[in-house]
Amino acid sequence: MEKLLEVKNLEVSFQTYGGTVKAVRGVSFDLHKGETLAIVGESGSGKSVTSQSIMKLIPMPPGRISGGQILLNGEDIVPKTEKQMEKIRGKEISMIFQDPMTSLNPTMRVGNQIMEVLIKHQNMTKTDGKNRAIELLRLVGIPMPEKRVNQYPHEFSGGMRQRAMIAIALAANPKLLIADEPTTALDVTIQAQILELMKDLQNKMDTSIIFITHDLGVVANVADRVAVMYAGQIVEMGTVDEIFYDPRHPYTWGLLASMPSLENDDKAELAAIPGTPPDLTNPPKGDAFAARNQYALAIDFEEEPPMFQISETHFAKTWLLHPDAPQVEPPEAVKRRMRQLSSTFEKPVLVKEGK
Amino acid sequence: MQISKDKFKLVGTQLGEAEKISKPSLSFWKDVFIRFRKNKLALFGLVLLGLLIFMAIFGPYMTPYDYASNDLSNKNQPPSSEHWFGTDDLGRDVFARTWEGARISIFIGVAAAVIDLIIGVLWGGIAGYKGGRTDEGMMRFADILYGVPYLLLVILLMVVLGQGLSTMIIAMSITGWINMSRIVRGQVLSLKNQEYVLAAKTLGANTSRIMGKHLIPNSMGPILVTMTLTIPSAIFTEAFLSFIGLGLTPPIASWGTMANDGLPAMRYYPWRLFFPATFICLTIFAFNVVGDGLRDALDPRMRK
Amino acid sequence: MAKYIGKRLVYMLLSLWMIVTATFFFMRIAPGNPFASEKKLPPEIEANLNAHFGLDKPWYAQYWEYLVRIVNWDFGPSFKYKSQTVNDLINEGFPVSFLLGMEAIFIAVAVGVLLGIIAALKHNRWPDYTAMIVAVLGISVPSFIMASFLQYFLAIKMGIFPVARWESFMHSVLPAVALASTPMAFIARLTRSSMLEVLANDYIKTAKSKGLSRGVITVKHTIRNALLPVVTYMGPLTAGILTGSFVIERIFGIPGLGAHFVTSINNRDYTVIMGVTVFYSILLLVSILLVDIAYGIIDPRIKLAGGKKGE
Repeated sequence: MEKLLEVKNLEVSFQTYGGTVKAVRGVSFDLHKGETLAIVGESGSGKSVTSQSIMKLIPMPPGRISGGQILLNGEDIVPKTEKQMEKIRGKEISMIFQDPMTSLNPTMRVGNQIMEVLIKHQNMTKTDGKNRAIELLRLVGIPMPEKRVNQYPHEFSGGMRQRAMIAIALAANPKLLIADEPTTALDVTIQAQILELMKDLQNKMDTSIIFITHDLGVVANVADRVAVMYAGQIVEMGTVDEIFYDPRHPYTWGLLASMPSLENDDKAELAAIPGTPPDLTNPPKGDAFAARNQYALAIDFEEEPPMFQISETHFAKTWLLHPDAPQVEPPEAVKRRMRQLSSTFEKPVLVKEGK
Repeated sequence: MQISKDKFKLVGTQLGEAEKISKPSLSFWKDVFIRFRKNKLALFGLVLLGLLIFMAIFGPYMTPYDYASNDLSNKNQPPSSEHWFGTDDLGRDVFARTWEGARISIFIGVAAAVIDLIIGVLWGGIAGYKGGRTDEGMMRFADILYGVPYLLLVILLMVVLGQGLSTMIIAMSITGWINMSRIVRGQVLSLKNQEYVLAAKTLGANTSRIMGKHLIPNSMGPILVTMTLTIPSAIFTEAFLSFIGLGLTPPIASWGTMANDGLPAMRYYPWRLFFPATFICLTIFAFNVVGDGLRDALDPRMRK
Repeated sequence: MAKYIGKRLVYMLLSLWMIVTATFFFMRIAPGNPFASEKKLPPEIEANLNAHFGLDKPWYAQYWEYLVRIVNWDFGPSFKYKSQTVNDLINEGFPVSFLLGMEAIFIAVAVGVLLGIIAALKHNRWPDYTAMIVAVLGISVPSFIMASFLQYFLAIKMGIFPVARWESFMHSVLPAVALASTPMAFIARLTRSSMLEVLANDYIKTAKSKGLSRGVITVKHTIRNALLPVVTYMGPLTAGILTGSFVIERIFGIPGLGAHFVTSINNRDYTVIMGVTVFYSILLLVSILLVDIAYGIIDPRIKLAGGKKGE
């Protein structure tokens, strides 16, 4: 499987009145053709900023990419100019956003909003564009597309608007689709439909997807691999099975433990992670999660943990995987689900800089 | 790289540190003041306003001449060390008249704003608090009244009521309160459902106490902004009426009447128009800029 | 949509009715008014008034007559000048004022919108600051003071423009600019804040993510949406220019309806005051209604309000 996207040590910061906020502090991951990577984390973890940086959609006056590379098909897009990015956006990479009501231009017909992409990237004429737009609306499951194509966004329901957004995003057959919490603003039943639609389209068009969410249930449904982010860094990354059945980072444990489950007995409390994420104008010394971490070690407050490799595909950034670290038991809810996975190494391996 | 074993001792959460609030907490108004201060234009306007008010109070005492005494031998003199702003066509000292005029014009502005406030707060407060049919009826009436072109109505009233200070203020207030009432109503509507009102109610507070102690104080922000922006509008209207011939009668020196008197003589004695006109503009500018600054400082969306 | 227009129409008629009624009653209580039976009026004037208002009839009959006449576009005779009617004055003066007003509206909108767009696109850089300071000055300097200032410097002192009268295009420049100065400032500020609001919207991000060029995004997405609130300002704009004309016409000696109106106020020509006030009110309220309708057509969210909703 070829690598479509390689993000190496991405750093993004914002100049604000309060100081420089380091929103993304050294994020690295790869994405292969046709696969779905889920990025999970709380608000403020840097997941949206990371994904928007891939398309360089971050407003560049207050924001800037202060370090790292983003390789799309081997080419670094960080130094590319706006004009060059315009050829990539919508065509190679496209994005769907969280709130379909505000993400669509309220005074422009839906059909025209789709046609813009076709006219720009595929040089279609207006007539061809309109026909293709109707086809796309049908493809995303909107009934009576010939009528709908001339309507305005407020005439669509929430689920339909999101489908329309998907149609816009896929119009030019992009290789990578970034979905930033696409189902968060929708009802649960509609959520399921949209996820089904996305998986279906992915199969048809062989698109890679980066799926950003804070909902682990959605992750289990759609992802091949998962990256868990906290305070601007990836703290754990692995396949879906590895993350759910053999998580190694205390933050991941916290996330999994706080998921309500039908198996929990009704006397058990829902475990929430205490405290709040740190202020990224002044990231704390050592591990950013340490203060909220019931498994924190003394060294967590002094030195940032290095990345340890647990299998070919599984990585975690925690001192707990150091040979000198004590053995700890993850919380009940997580333990119950744990399984031994065949691909795991004998012992976690310290990853040298450069990965 | 060797790390000593005791670094790996289990320590657990250290939430005290994390939960510490990094900035000192500020009272609402202190916060607003700090944000206002950052707006240089608004600050400039505030200083300007202070100067103007200072001169309005003390200006007339700075010169031996008073605003009404004629001195026909000295008429239409350009500015000099004797008469800092020159004299008008009756030999009156323009400097003294300018600052007397300041008192009148600013007084008119403030009076109109205060009346708007009283009527607007009562109207909007009651409509918002009662809700339902009362609210609808009251605001519909206000809407229809609002549709009546303001200056035309003021002109009509001045013709009917006759010229004078009190009639002018009444005429200005006849529809000026509508804006204020909308603001107040909006505030009351959004606040009345908040929890602390519910709490006060359960403790047995009656309507007027709820309004007086909870709702109104929290609406102060937008109310203050509206008042600050009403004053320049009233000063403008006064000047406008003077230019139409419906202004105050002599020897009262408002800026509007002075400017109007100075207009025909503009070609030969420009200072008679220049000074009142400039101060009208400066005052309107200052109030506008301060009002804008206040509005921005109160706007929660602009919190950094 | 019909509901929307209907509602506006009703409000308009109610406001108009209020003004008409107010003028009718105010004129009866004003000092020295023509309806006070004590004062002896010159016979021709009395005859005119009687013919129009029916002075010996009871007040409610007079009121009804008055309403009927207005609907028939007859605003009555002058109180001071026996052979003039209000309609004469309107026919004579309004075309002039209309021309002046249109010029001013054009300047205010064209320059205001342009300034606002530039200020928003160069947000927090010096074009923004300059444009906004200019705007604040425009708002703070009343149009008649601006007019005096322009007249003094550009006409009297520098002779670039004629000082007064209405004889050529050059004669109209200074008055139009003076009239336009304050509304232009409001429009600039409104356009700017509207642009900034639109730019912060998610759909602009979507547009960017499609790979559209900055120019296309600015014109097709940003400006089109940002101008919507500016359209609603056209109502107050018309009102401002109309009332501004009263003084501007006087300062520049322009024989428009505004100047006639001011003369009638100074003469206490009550019937003319009444008639012209009603005429102006009709003008203003109809303009506002037209603007509301135009807005309803332009904004698709209103056009289809009450129409079919999505499934």
